[in-house]
Amino acid sequence: MNKYLFYPGCSMQKNASSYLDSLMAIRADLGIGLEEIEDWNCCGATEYWSVHQLKAHALVGRNLALAEKQTNGTNTVVAGCSACYLNLAKTANYMKDDKVLRDRIEDALAAGGLHYTPGSLEIRHLLDIVYNDVGLETIKSKVVRPLTGLRIAPYYGCMIVRPDKDNRYGNPEYPMALDYLLEALGAKVIDFPQKTHCCSGHMTQISPDVAYELMHRLISGADRYEADMMVTLCPMCQLNLDAYQGDMNDYMGTDYQMPCLYFTQLIGLAFGYAPAELGIGKEFVDARPALAKIGVEVPEDVEVQKRKPRRRKKEEGLPMPRMGEEDGR
Amino acid sequence: MSALLIEETTKAPISYMEEVSRATPGNCRLEMCIQCGTCGGSCPSADDMDHTPRQLFAMIRADMRDAVLASNTPWNCVSCYYCTVRCPQEIHITDIMYTLKSMAVAAGQYKETLDADFSRSFVGYVDEYGRSFELGLATRMYLRHSPLSIRKTASMGLGMLTRDRLDFSPTKIKNLDQLQAVLNRADEIEETRA
Amino acid sequence: MSKEQNQPQNDKERVGVYICHCGSNIAGVVDVEDVAVWAKEELADEGVVVSRDYKFMCSSLGQEMIENDIKEQGLTRVVVAACSPHLHEQTFRTACGRAGLNPYLSELVSIREQVSWVTTDKQMATEKAKAMVAGGVERVIENEPLEPLRVPIHPATLVVGGGIAGIQAALEIADAGNQVYLVEREPSIGGHMAQFDKTFPTLDCAACILTPRMVSVGEHPNIELLTWSEVERVDGYVGNFSVTVRKRPRYIDVDLCTGCGICWEKCPKKVIDEVFEEGIGYRTAVYTPFPQAVPKYPVIDAETCIYFQNGKCRACEKLCPTGAIKFDQEEEILLLDVGNIIIATGFETFDARRIPEYGYGRLANVFTSVEFERMCNAAGPTEGEIVLRDGVTKPESVGIVHCVGSRDRNYNNYCSVICCMSSLKFAHLVKERTGAEVYNFYIDMRTAYKDYDEFYQRVMEEGVLFVRGRVAEITDATRNPGEEGKLVIQVEDTLAGRQRRIPVDMAVLAVGLQPRSDTKELTKKFGISCSAAGWITEKHPKLDPVATMTEGIFIAGAVQGPKDIPTSVAQGAAAAARVLSRISMGEISLEPVRATVDEAKCSGCRICNNLCPFNAIIFHEDRMVTEINHALCQGCGTCVAACPAGAISGTGFSNEQIMAQIDGLLAFSFPQNGDLVEMVPV
Repeated sequence: MNKYLFYPGCSMQKNASSYLDSLMAIRADLGIGLEEIEDWNCCGATEYWSVHQLKAHALVGRNLALAEKQTNGTNTVVAGCSACYLNLAKTANYMKDDKVLRDRIEDALAAGGLHYTPGSLEIRHLLDIVYNDVGLETIKSKVVRPLTGLRIAPYYGCMIVRPDKDNRYGNPEYPMALDYLLEALGAKVIDFPQKTHCCSGHMTQISPDVAYELMHRLISGADRYEADMMVTLCPMCQLNLDAYQGDMNDYMGTDYQMPCLYFTQLIGLAFGYAPAELGIGKEFVDARPALAKIGVEVPEDVEVQKRKPRRRKKEEGLPMPRMGEEDGR
Repeated sequence: MSALLIEETTKAPISYMEEVSRATPGNCRLEMCIQCGTCGGSCPSADDMDHTPRQLFAMIRADMRDAVLASNTPWNCVSCYYCTVRCPQEIHITDIMYTLKSMAVAAGQYKETLDADFSRSFVGYVDEYGRSFELGLATRMYLRHSPLSIRKTASMGLGMLTRDRLDFSPTKIKNLDQLQAVLNRADEIEETRA
Repeated sequence: MSKEQNQPQNDKERVGVYICHCGSNIAGVVDVEDVAVWAKEELADEGVVVSRDYKFMCSSLGQEMIENDIKEQGLTRVVVAACSPHLHEQTFRTACGRAGLNPYLSELVSIREQVSWVTTDKQMATEKAKAMVAGGVERVIENEPLEPLRVPIHPATLVVGGGIAGIQAALEIADAGNQVYLVEREPSIGGHMAQFDKTFPTLDCAACILTPRMVSVGEHPNIELLTWSEVERVDGYVGNFSVTVRKRPRYIDVDLCTGCGICWEKCPKKVIDEVFEEGIGYRTAVYTPFPQAVPKYPVIDAETCIYFQNGKCRACEKLCPTGAIKFDQEEEILLLDVGNIIIATGFETFDARRIPEYGYGRLANVFTSVEFERMCNAAGPTEGEIVLRDGVTKPESVGIVHCVGSRDRNYNNYCSVICCMSSLKFAHLVKERTGAEVYNFYIDMRTAYKDYDEFYQRVMEEGVLFVRGRVAEITDATRNPGEEGKLVIQVEDTLAGRQRRIPVDMAVLAVGLQPRSDTKELTKKFGISCSAAGWITEKHPKLDPVATMTEGIFIAGAVQGPKDIPTSVAQGAAAAARVLSRISMGEISLEPVRATVDEAKCSGCRICNNLCPFNAIIFHEDRMVTEINHALCQGCGTCVAACPAGAISGTGFSNEQIMAQIDGLLAFSFPQNGDLVEMVPV
């Protein structure tokens, strides 16, 4: 059993509750123990950092200090949301490298009777621990309902792989962890060129036209590659792609029905859990029609969209350069 | 070369570039920019910016203080970090964008009122409760800035509520006093440095 | 060298001390007159009989001053306090030698780099200068007269690498009547230049200017061409190298083979040629890399040959009219005696697969510059036609991307020198052969040498479109009308100030140059060093680009750093000239600063044996003692420091000399108003 300190983040509490529910459902199977950090506060997302610098670091610093106090048997903090992960990692790293900043943050934390020793915690994303600590072999062994036939566009978003100071994903442009994970579940993973392109973050609330353009690029891209659904690992990405898809369609004059689920939900499905246990059904763009391929029941009132299959050209001519296995297809 | 040394020996006022550089944590390498344009080429929201990130850095170098603070460029930054990982000179571009945002707020100079207001409202809720409060934030923003689209937003809000994805009321952390003490002290330090 | 001058008189040496002003470099900080006077007074007991100061000791007048004193005052030791020994140690040693004093009985102490250039405090500087002089005097008294080693130079030369630089060097040395061994790893010489179509800025056909040289090498009576071979081991030292070369089996009897080509014509096994064709063309298992190969004999690639893999086929053997196929041929090990070695092993290119956002390897119509060269070459896989990956369609728009993997701290920090020019060349070729729309995406246009900028002008006149911006992404994910089915190059046009998405049919990536991947093994084999980036380190970056720190080993061409063909040729010729001068000298004198083992003290523990970076240490099993080969020893001192018994001493750096110098440095204390002296932070 691998133990970790868990930082859920504000989104997982409610708007991404399906992420949390599915994680809780599968954690025993994955063999990971998650101890929530006592009385954690918001990480500041991107908004707090736009207004304050030191105050934002102090905000995150409190979480680090609380986590350090709580370490019993582990010094790894896991976050499920990419922004939370990035903020925790950013402050933790800066406290290690920038002495001037470190002293100021310490000063602020001391006002609350708190202290954080730089370097004492390791900050990791949920995908990282599932892929590296749990491992594909363990996951494969627990699959009872392989996701055969399901075409998935793996969507990492940006903050999990960039700036990636600790170099966990190999390549900030072309990571493969989620791809391999979904393959291990039996799904057909498409080579999604925009898998690390930005979902537009908070622009859906601030500059919707900018946001819709960015979202459109992702969803139309996934559609071009005939994906049945997109799978993500960040509540912000899921919210944008899912809840705002309708508005995006209105703005762009399109009619995409591209469901977007969390990777933990797919692991749960492959492990044999019922969709309801994994929070499936809470999406704006219902995922169940797409999941019909793997035998999930589609409720009466939900529409199933049919798609024309695309012809693929046969490869002739000059040889292509060989890509190593690690580089992907 | 330590920036502090320059100041002490020459006693000359530091350049705007130096100011921005020092306000950004770590060594952001702003002075290493060769104006190659990779950042502007990678930026997903470049089309909506007044100036591409590269242009903005050229303006910083040219001491065009007011024009930089008034530019909507940092406010259109989605923090995707593409620029940062692709920059051949390893400049911490996204971190510099955050610095410029907070500098613009502090100077009261920003063109794009919506983003700054949104961020400040967000900060307000976190300071008050320790957690973010989406319903409150969304309501305040739409009432203030686009009351006409409130009907459309309301339908989405309703969708969120019926799917049990939105809280009616904010969540407060237990040791709010502790957090506020920390944040107030940080505020003080920020003030004295400014 | 008069014996009397080297004997101490009255049991004390006669030391001359010379303090240099070096203009104001030293005199501006150090009170040089004071130091000179002080030395005469305070160090008279140590043997100082002459103490002078002068504006520029290294000038001919300064040197003459020393020489006159040696002759007239009977000096037996000389100490000069001036700049760093790196600069003028040799100057003053030679001056002493001219006056009849053994050159190694002089010392140069640095009161510039170590004193006047590191502080502004005049009092402290003067006092440190005095200490340095005292140290120098104490040390020089312990110096022994040394004679340089003279070693003969074997007239044969080894040239490693058969590219244009190696070919140039080999021809020059061979034309002068000397034996050359040219070792080349591939089946043919020619290097990268043989792969190109046209060369900038003249647009000369590469093969047309290269092949005559290759033929000269092949036919030259003084050049022994060893292709399909590797240098395995290098023993010995300058003038006397013993090189082990492994000649891999071609499985072709070169005495019988006529180069008719039936074997490769009929070979049924086709494989992708990753080397010469850069992966976009094919070859057979028995092959010559290109039609004008020198030597003309093919080789059989045992890893792909059907016979070697599973015993079948043997078509080539059956069809060869002269019976030249010999599957049982074995490798040959040759031992070559040479006097000098020139390393001209060239470069590799950056692997564009490391930059996923450019799509190389995933998007069919993204090519690298080396693939594109092969495409343009008339003898290449498309017979010179510029086509898309399908091998058929001509592109209507081509984007050429500069600086791929170069000038980038994420990959290679340096500029690869030739990519701007070759990108312009490609632009020209595309225009000429297809009339397509051509875009060049650049950060800076580096066209510095003769006729290079004129070439840029010419390409501009041809209507090529230039976009100043470093390409951010090449993608097939379309967004706007006109992008469907194309590659989209996303870039900020920095001069226009906005992001552009430019649809093209084909993208060509100008990949940077990199050192060979086996550079580390190369440096170990030859006892030379390379920089952090991996380019072989030259003796001096400005004044000695073709020599290395290892005597007898020279470098030429891109192995020293990215460069174009004219510069490679020049370096090949320069290295050849150096070698020829050595050969004509017939012998070379080596610095006598060496380590010596006192056999009486050596316990045979062998700790030093594995430490020598120059493989100069020999262990005698019979006597259980270590001996140092003075010709190989470079006097680095590692073994001296490591020996637990103190049995090894460094000539010129003996324990006595060093301890004496330390004693001299500390002999005089210089209180500063009773306060502790504080060092100024730098």
